[in-house]
Amino acid sequence: MKILTCPVNGPRNITEFVWGGEVKPMPNAATATDREWTDYLFMEPNTAGEIYEWWLHAPTNTWFIARRDTRSDAVLETMTADAYFSRTSERQV
Amino acid sequence: MPFALLRYGLANGHPDAPHMRPRPELKQSYDVVVIGAGGHGLAIAYNLAAKHGITDVCVLDKGWLAGGNTARNTTIIRANYLTPEGVRFYKEAVDLWRGLSGELEINLMYSERGHFTLAHTDAALRTARWRAEVNKHLGVNSEVIGPGDIKRICPTLNVSEDVRYPILGALYHPPGAIARHDGVAWGYAKEAVKRGVEIHPQTAVTGIMVENGRAIGVETDRGTIRAGKIVQAVAGSSSLVAQMAGFQLPIRTIPLQACVSEPVKPILDQIIVSGSLHVYISQSARGEMVMGGATDPYGLYSTRSTLDFKESLMAHMLELFPFMGELKVLRQWAGMADMTPDFSPVMGLTPIENFYIDAGWGTWGFKATPVCGVRMAECIATNRQPELLRPFALDRFHAFDLVGEKGAASVGH
Repeated sequence: MKILTCPVNGPRNITEFVWGGEVKPMPNAATATDREWTDYLFMEPNTAGEIYEWWLHAPTNTWFIARRDTRSDAVLETMTADAYFSRTSERQV
Repeated sequence: MPFALLRYGLANGHPDAPHMRPRPELKQSYDVVVIGAGGHGLAIAYNLAAKHGITDVCVLDKGWLAGGNTARNTTIIRANYLTPEGVRFYKEAVDLWRGLSGELEINLMYSERGHFTLAHTDAALRTARWRAEVNKHLGVNSEVIGPGDIKRICPTLNVSEDVRYPILGALYHPPGAIARHDGVAWGYAKEAVKRGVEIHPQTAVTGIMVENGRAIGVETDRGTIRAGKIVQAVAGSSSLVAQMAGFQLPIRTIPLQACVSEPVKPILDQIIVSGSLHVYISQSARGEMVMGGATDPYGLYSTRSTLDFKESLMAHMLELFPFMGELKVLRQWAGMADMTPDFSPVMGLTPIENFYIDAGWGTWGFKATPVCGVRMAECIATNRQPELLRPFALDRFHAFDLVGEKGAASVGH
């Protein structure tokens, strides 16, 4: 992967981006136990395969989401965070 | 030349190395199953047999002996970390390294070179002073020196101010060393097998059998094995194996790349590291310049190499050592590193009874091989977290008790 396509700014060099890690469901901060909260903060699925992950286009401060295969390094699609969460609202994320 | 050596060299038959023999049949059960036949796994097996009399041990690996990060690191050994917990742990490692060739009866080519962590900014110099004080307090030989002394000890290094990042000083750690990494695994394997341990390469673990919160065996592609105790030492794949046992780890698998130059005559005695420039270099006994940099910018289960890595590495390397412009890169490779949020390992007990973990070794695993072998074997034999490993327990993340180890390789300061 050398070019990543930002859903807002189009295809840009990978050096312009910062990786944000796998998308994890955030527990409700008001009701979560300490254990749930530390699990969310520190534990990682670290999936070998297709994942949804956060990326930042640093020059424009744009956070978005990519679907990538962590074994082949192939980016399968990128989308805005809004698009991802409206698509997965029933998926408990 | 002694005649015995000449006769041995010219002889037709040589005895097989016991640890290189074809894999034996798997038994149905073992007292301890070690997953991962790298330096760490083999060191644990050796110490279980040699120090605790537990010889009914088998070491499984889906690949081959020491084919993972044991073969892919840049072999640097040092104890000049930042946190007291880290310094104490790695100091015991260095003490063990010094006697290891004798203990394992194999020449590990352990070579103390002197280790320099260069500082190019005031912030880095401040961290260097901090590390030197913590080190000295715990009996580790480290001091901060200026560019003049650096040049005197390492004349090939370019300390001029006419570069992008001039060198302001360095943390100098005389005991810093390199060793022959494959030899470490072979030595542990040889001595473990001699004491009854079985090594099974090309035997992939496909599942961990857990009953009522206790691990009772492993499923492999060669059949099922019952086990009294199980330990995983599988850098890069730690999360996948832990998930077989039913728990998650605070680890992201990120590639770490390295390369060597063509071999040249000895020109660099020391080990030179720069946390700010994300580079480290030493010259191997073969004459190759062994170079590495920062981990890749995102997670990946792959050992591919990239041009980006070499471009950024060489840009800095040429400023430090202008003569390197004459050298060609001979080999390049990558290892899959277990990166933890606090740059410290995860060792010891797990939420699953009789299941132990040796993971989270990011960019700092090779140097810890001997101490990890001793302390993890103690942990398994006694079923208690040894005092030295207490700060590195998995449950530290649930208590917000992290060990922020900014002395780890390729961590910016």
